[in-house]
Amino acid sequence: MAILVIAEHDNATLNDATRAVVTAAKAIGGDVHVLVAGKDAGAVAEAASKLDGVAKVLHAEGDALEKKLAEAMETLVLSIADGYDAILAAASTTGKNFMPRVAAKLDVMQISEITAVEAPDTFERPIYAGNAMMTVKSNDAKKVITVRPTTFEKVGDGGSAAVETLDVPAPAASSEFVGEELSKSDRPELTAAKIVISGGRGMGNGENFAILEKVADKLGAAMGASRAAVDAGFVPNDWQVGQTGKVVAPELYIAVGISGAIQHLAGMKDSKVIVAINKDEEAPIFSVADYGLVADLFTAVPEFEAELEKAGV
Amino acid sequence: MKILVPVKRVVDYNVKVRVKPDQTGVDLANVKMSMNPFCEIAVEEAIRLKEQGAAEEIVVVSIGPAQAQETIRTALAMGADRGIHVTTDDAVESLAVAKILAKVVEEESPELVILGKQAIDGDVNATGQMLAALLGWPQATFAYKLDKTDAGFTVTREIDGGLQTVAISSPAIVTTDLRLNEPRYASLPNIMKAKRKPIDAKTPADFGIDTAPRLEVLKVAEPAKREAGIKVESAAELVDKLKNEAGVL
Repeated sequence: MAILVIAEHDNATLNDATRAVVTAAKAIGGDVHVLVAGKDAGAVAEAASKLDGVAKVLHAEGDALEKKLAEAMETLVLSIADGYDAILAAASTTGKNFMPRVAAKLDVMQISEITAVEAPDTFERPIYAGNAMMTVKSNDAKKVITVRPTTFEKVGDGGSAAVETLDVPAPAASSEFVGEELSKSDRPELTAAKIVISGGRGMGNGENFAILEKVADKLGAAMGASRAAVDAGFVPNDWQVGQTGKVVAPELYIAVGISGAIQHLAGMKDSKVIVAINKDEEAPIFSVADYGLVADLFTAVPEFEAELEKAGV
Repeated sequence: MKILVPVKRVVDYNVKVRVKPDQTGVDLANVKMSMNPFCEIAVEEAIRLKEQGAAEEIVVVSIGPAQAQETIRTALAMGADRGIHVTTDDAVESLAVAKILAKVVEEESPELVILGKQAIDGDVNATGQMLAALLGWPQATFAYKLDKTDAGFTVTREIDGGLQTVAISSPAIVTTDLRLNEPRYASLPNIMKAKRKPIDAKTPADFGIDTAPRLEVLKVAEPAKREAGIKVESAAELVDKLKNEAGVL
């Protein structure tokens, strides 16, 4: 049995999500190969070859692969799909974009965003925004799976797999990358950060997020937000934590002025330690928080920052 | 331009679903059902394209039980022109939905199919992409902004790191994200008018599509519960607990 893992990366560095997907692949069992599709992504292929438990790396280079356009990824993955019993990618916006195309062409029903591998053909996945967990057994000969990276351990280094170069077929349809606006930040990436501090509607406006940023700077934390704060235009959409945004599971999650709608909880309830600061003691966020502080955030957050300073953090 | 908008009837997004005690699924008895919110955004976007003069006709299609007709009527009341109801009482997986939709596309020849990025029941996020692959069409998923161009469409998409813009040729598939638009409410006169708009009745068998599921549901369970912790009295106590009890600072 051989399993193909499609690497998540930005052509320069291998995203840690790939390490979680390799863990899921190892749980299914079999030889794990990693496909690195990109442009000038040699360093990524090299990093992938060092992953613990990876037997082979396949490296494909092409203009349309630079941004992993779905139409190009479809034909590339299909060109090697015959050799694999399962094809896995992270449930990122990239993986979610191209994997169903691969599944449809293979006449396979995709198993989306798995959170556990119960058996080589049986997986657990959240439905209804995480309000229920479904266990499904796939009757398809080949499995096409996206993996929720936060629920799997990340493999370390230790391998020394050979890197093979792949031919790149023409894309399935005409699609062209025009441009992108990526949020620039010196802070860690939201889904990879060890500490996340998020603000909600209670922040009142975008300027007020400055008090959270001071804490984030002190803790080396990533910034997040609830859907209410994003919809109100306080902060950019890629800060959104929740079922329709990003799913995070840091060591410490600090929710400030967030009531704790079920959609938000779905995106952060696997965090190791949850702190909630909210003036409404009835807020549902307190039902999942390890430490709750019922207080006005505009006095509590600066106090918290000062106490961190005092504690030498 | 003709636009096809597939819509799905799902548990209303305000309802907190309950898992059945025998773990065979979630309890749907007497639960409020509505159009999937992402599908509403798709209907709204199609109507806006028509209002701008970029589209002439909007056809809505839904695959589901008899009551899915209400979901089609909702879309017609918002401003779609006619409906197609593919009646089935079975749960139909994304792959089979995409296969049925591919047949509908063959018959209707739309230049654009707009769908929600995912349905909030199964959270699979695959139908639009699967349809695009089956048709050999380009796609723009998780749309944040959609513009018609001479050759096709320019679509700005919500991606993990921010926003990405792609140009795709026509015909194409677009799936909607939350911030593409804010769907309108249907006015009473339009609700009355929608009752006279035509809805074609079909079945999956009419299209020769086998809807037998590929995934066997073994169990549907409550998610692991997280216990509430303690309330602290001050920021100082909070820092002390995080540092000395939780050890995360």
